[in-house]
Amino acid sequence: MYDLLYLVFAFPLAGFLVLAFARGRVGERLAAAIGVGSVGLSALLTAALAGQFLSHPPAGGAYTQTLWHWMSAGAFDVRFALRLDGLSLSMMGVITGVGFLIHLFAAWYMRGDEGYARFFSYMNLFVASMLFLVLGDSLLFLYLGWEGVGLCSYLLIGFWYKDPANGAAARKAFVVTRVGDTLFAIGLFLLFHSLGTLDIQQALSLAPQQFAPGSPTVTLITLLLLGGAVGKSAQLPLQTWLPDAMAGPTPVSALIHAATMVTAGVYLVARTHTLYELAPFSLHLVGGVGAVTLLLAGFSALVQTDIKRVLAYSTMSQIGYMFLAEGAGAFQPAIFHLMTHAFFKALLFLAAGAVILACHHEQDIFKMGGLRKKLPLAYACFLVGGGALAAFPYLTAGFYSKDEILWQAYASGHIGLFWAGLFGAFLTSIYTFRLIFIVFHGEYRGHGEVHAGHGLAYGLPLVVLLILSTFVGGMIHQPLSGVLPANPAEEGGALQQQVAALSGAVAIAGIALAGALFLGERRFVARLAQSAPGRWLSRWWFAAFGFDWLYDRLFVRPFLYVTRVNAADVFDLAVAGIATGLRALYRGSVRSENGRLRWYAASMAAGAVLVIAAVIYL
Amino acid sequence: MTEATTLPLEHALILSGILFALGLLGILARRNVLFVLMSIEIMMNAAALAFVAAGSRWHAADGQILFILILTLAASEASVGLALVLQIYRRFGTLDTDAAGELKG
Repeated sequence: MYDLLYLVFAFPLAGFLVLAFARGRVGERLAAAIGVGSVGLSALLTAALAGQFLSHPPAGGAYTQTLWHWMSAGAFDVRFALRLDGLSLSMMGVITGVGFLIHLFAAWYMRGDEGYARFFSYMNLFVASMLFLVLGDSLLFLYLGWEGVGLCSYLLIGFWYKDPANGAAARKAFVVTRVGDTLFAIGLFLLFHSLGTLDIQQALSLAPQQFAPGSPTVTLITLLLLGGAVGKSAQLPLQTWLPDAMAGPTPVSALIHAATMVTAGVYLVARTHTLYELAPFSLHLVGGVGAVTLLLAGFSALVQTDIKRVLAYSTMSQIGYMFLAEGAGAFQPAIFHLMTHAFFKALLFLAAGAVILACHHEQDIFKMGGLRKKLPLAYACFLVGGGALAAFPYLTAGFYSKDEILWQAYASGHIGLFWAGLFGAFLTSIYTFRLIFIVFHGEYRGHGEVHAGHGLAYGLPLVVLLILSTFVGGMIHQPLSGVLPANPAEEGGALQQQVAALSGAVAIAGIALAGALFLGERRFVARLAQSAPGRWLSRWWFAAFGFDWLYDRLFVRPFLYVTRVNAADVFDLAVAGIATGLRALYRGSVRSENGRLRWYAASMAAGAVLVIAAVIYL
Repeated sequence: MTEATTLPLEHALILSGILFALGLLGILARRNVLFVLMSIEIMMNAAALAFVAAGSRWHAADGQILFILILTLAASEASVGLALVLQIYRRFGTLDTDAAGELKG
């Protein structure tokens, strides 16, 4: 059974190849069958593997399948190997399971689009790359998958490439994440330099012997890896690309920019946790980055008007929670929150996609309103998904994971992280229910008839994700104990009950406050937004604290200035100089061939004199 | 032959060099083909003189053999050269070498 592991990523890869090479020659039905079917097959296989893994765990808790040797140069030996353990199985389950549901939804969402087959080919390539990322047994293969998902993210954000704004958003996402990826690559070089291997398991077992705890080398390596992680996971300071990435089709936002790819940074930190445990400074920084990002993103989400941008900022803030948990040493809750977040955020994005299509591609929440009667399924999805996002106590999956994170942060003595997380939870429930109340309650303020979607491909993914976003999803047990370190704090006890009660109360208070502010006439909010500090704050928050402005001034404009100054390409002149010189030489020699006998004789004599002089004097 | 009656090699070589330079100057300065041919003869004779002088210096017969070779060469060159001069005069109606400068890039 285990030796079928390679098929999990082979199916989507084959789907990509078929769709990419048959481009334009497959109809919608066939493209959907290939695109959705390939991911469906890997989801089935993953389920079977998970059953096998849980009933008959492999020796040592992990199964490694070496497919072939990639390259071998001296001590540098890279195997093409897949590793199945509790962590990669959990990630695989999210990628193929949620991925399949999103593919199915996309088959409905993208119907009638001229790039239908192209869309599914990119999506399949994405799933294959993402599986590669989590299954790779070597950091080099992890990096290969890492770059692959980056490429697919670029391709899918700019999927509707005829609008230049989408192309700009795609480029921005690509370039910003590339900054992180470069740091990541340098980190890998440094790791190989000091450990002599890129094999993950080998590196993790060698690291404690090689590095003293807190040594500068391991701190530098982990900081560089963290650079890659914050780029991919849209954390401070490389977070600016994610809101713009919403230019892609909504299923893309659900799959790549909410459920899977953006959580790759969390996975990377969890996978290399041994290194981070050796570098306490880096681990503190992980938590700090998460805490600051979750607060900044929470404030920004409060004032956004685009339904997808609200969700994008909330994704940033939820990934902030995962980083926060890792910073507190609670790796298992981080991966648990990764999974529940994949469920409810995919649900929210798909439901948002349903709303957007129902309103004729309208994304401004203030042009919606009162949709709960017309779109009951989407309303239910938003209630459950939003409840999970706000961690509504006991009924939703998000509560179990977020509460666990807060408890671990509190119990392990990271009080600052705990308060940041708690305040973030408060913000989360406010902006989530602000979104729900504005979109689904009140009067309809848009134009055109609202028409709900129907059909299996529309309903099934929403219903399954809806069920997974309730406490059902919170009951799923991930077999992480052998792979990730134990939680810093014990479970149970009266103190944990109190923390749970506190976080539940905060969530409900946030929802109540959102109801008071945004249900009904919204006079108070309007007055607040009209006041001078309110206008200033909301403009600041709307622009996500002006990071785009800052980066534009710091990097984009100076770079454009340099390119403008260097328009003639100074360095190119050296290369072009060779051609210019040769042309001058050619002109000179052409002029010398003038047909005058006496001139030739003189040249020959002069040449002879030169040669003789050279022979004599040199 | 005794040492006293022998000219030093350097003198013969200087004379040969002067002759060669004169011939070269003649080729460069003269435009009449006939004079060019005569200048070439002078240059050849300069070379021949150098051979004879060197042969006498090293007491070898090679120099004189080569002189005879050069003499033959000069005779054949003169006959071919004069034929060319005739052709040039017929074709261009002049003996000016620059008038025949048709081969150019």
